[in-house]
Amino acid sequence: MSSPPPIQPKPDVPAWRLLATLGVAGAAAGFLLVFVFQLTAPIIERNKAERLAAAVQEVLKAPHHYDTLYVVDEALTDELPSGANPADYQQVYRGLTEDGSPVGYAIASGEPGFQDIVRVIFGYDPGTDALLGMKVLESKETPGLGDKIEKDSSFVNQFNGVLAPLEGVKAREGTGDPHEVDMITGATISSRTVIKVINNALAQLEPLLDSYTASAPAALAREDGR
Amino acid sequence: MSARTPQQDFLRGIWSENPVLIQMLGLCPALAVTNTVANSLVMGIATFFVLTGSSFLVSLVKKLVPNEVRISTYILIIATFVTVADMTVEALVPDIHKALGAFVALIVVNCMILGRQEAFASKNPIGRSLLDAFGTGIGFMIAMLMMGTVREVLGNGTILDMKVIPGNFEPWVIFILPPGGFLTLGMWLMVIAWWTERRTSRARVREWPEGVATTKEAA
Amino acid sequence: MGELFWILLSAMVVNNFTLAYFLGLCPFMGVSARVGTALRLGLADIFVLVIASTCAWFLNTFVLPYAPFLRLISFIVVIASLVQITEMVIKKVSPVLFRQLGIYLPLITTNCAILGLAIFQTNRGYDFLEGLFFAIGGGLGLMLALVLMASIRETSEMADVPSVARGMALVLIIAGSLSLAFMGFAGLLSSS
Repeated sequence: MSSPPPIQPKPDVPAWRLLATLGVAGAAAGFLLVFVFQLTAPIIERNKAERLAAAVQEVLKAPHHYDTLYVVDEALTDELPSGANPADYQQVYRGLTEDGSPVGYAIASGEPGFQDIVRVIFGYDPGTDALLGMKVLESKETPGLGDKIEKDSSFVNQFNGVLAPLEGVKAREGTGDPHEVDMITGATISSRTVIKVINNALAQLEPLLDSYTASAPAALAREDGR
Repeated sequence: MSARTPQQDFLRGIWSENPVLIQMLGLCPALAVTNTVANSLVMGIATFFVLTGSSFLVSLVKKLVPNEVRISTYILIIATFVTVADMTVEALVPDIHKALGAFVALIVVNCMILGRQEAFASKNPIGRSLLDAFGTGIGFMIAMLMMGTVREVLGNGTILDMKVIPGNFEPWVIFILPPGGFLTLGMWLMVIAWWTERRTSRARVREWPEGVATTKEAA
Repeated sequence: MGELFWILLSAMVVNNFTLAYFLGLCPFMGVSARVGTALRLGLADIFVLVIASTCAWFLNTFVLPYAPFLRLISFIVVIASLVQITEMVIKKVSPVLFRQLGIYLPLITTNCAILGLAIFQTNRGYDFLEGLFFAIGGGLGLMLALVLMASIRETSEMADVPSVARGMALVLIIAGSLSLAFMGFAGLLSSS
């Protein structure tokens, strides 16, 4: 009866091999990702810019072009402090006609709605206190009911020319007041959210818009001089 | 495992070991993004790409990776492919990417993919691993489309945004909402269970030799 | 403060991680047959989620702006290490708890809930406090869903279920009913 052969212990894998494997894999992954990132990032940025431009055009009723303004230290400015990241600042877009006169401002904002946050962009003319248009950017409201805030054109078109601050009224209870917006039957909370978004954004930004518009003639002169 | 033919490696992922319907893996995307056929399609393609790419790479480097770090390496490979897929989808179809939300990125924790690498790609040659990945990917796509079609037709009356139900069909909105995901998958599982039961009981009846009393006669 | 509270409550019931966002389904479907286990798994989830949220915020603020394409990989690495560390900590601090949680902890790694939280938090641009409340609310929601599912399954163990519906199909139908019920929470915090 021979004794069973001694069990060979498995040779331990040296630690450097473990690290080397992970290191090489990590480096290869890094290279591949950088490459694809360089390829796709410009396309993604362009898509985002196009979508924003289309939205601004829509709510400002097709201005010739628009400037991007930033809210820095409670004031609107078209120049960021050097080295700052534009994404960190709230943005307001000023639409201009071909000869440089202002059409209005496009403002994007969001608030919690019925299901989740509703994001809206709207055009506003501080001279007449009137809205120029409204577009829902993001909404997860109930399909068939709450999503009428973006799909029901009669609701959306109401925002052309209505005066700020907005007041929501149930359909058929309106008195013809130019501040009134008819809410969608069965979706009053979603409707009210859109109104709230606009009113709150204007409450925050109106003083800044007024002071910027007041100082705008200087900006206009500069543009004409260019 | 090596006794199986290549055809078997390819075909079993499609139905008999379908990752979603039979193995119940990868449920998160199957329920979350199947509310329209378009979303299901893009998700299926992205997952197919990740699965095939990582199976290929894992099988390629299987001899070089020490056992202790294999899971980490596989996850690294999968995560890289998922990031590539995420960036590509965002660049090519930004609207669908927005609808899919975080779920393209969540492909990386889809147990189905890591499972295939662990169970197959790390132990088999590249050709077989690719076949296995193709089969599983196609099976996943089939499951996604089964879910997506039912949900979009019942919940919206459309397929790929084209109306398919004539007349004034009032869509059953619940199907494109979260509960619809759970209910649709549950219903499909019941249909499959019913069909499997019928097939097994028919086969059993066919197997009984002549002259043996059935339960009815014996009672 | 109201906004933070909305984030917490929304993540917990209005947009429950499991029943509305379909995260954390593996434990929800597979492991949820006992209320005690569900409770403990939920608590472990909250713990890991809170820490993951902090790490994600840290990465997003200080590291990732230089290499956004490394986001997914870095999240995964951090989460995997986190769970590993949690396991070791629990083992040291309370061996009893460790034995009870047993196999569930590694399940949390591939649990889409943790990674899902990190990604949602990034997409929504939450700062540190918002992310924290999001994680707590989400974790409570996960625990709630797990416990509810477990208690329903415990009670229905003796029920007579048709053979085609046994197993996963029944769990999914129960989940669908729960999800439907939770839809009623929508509009909870909106002014009427």
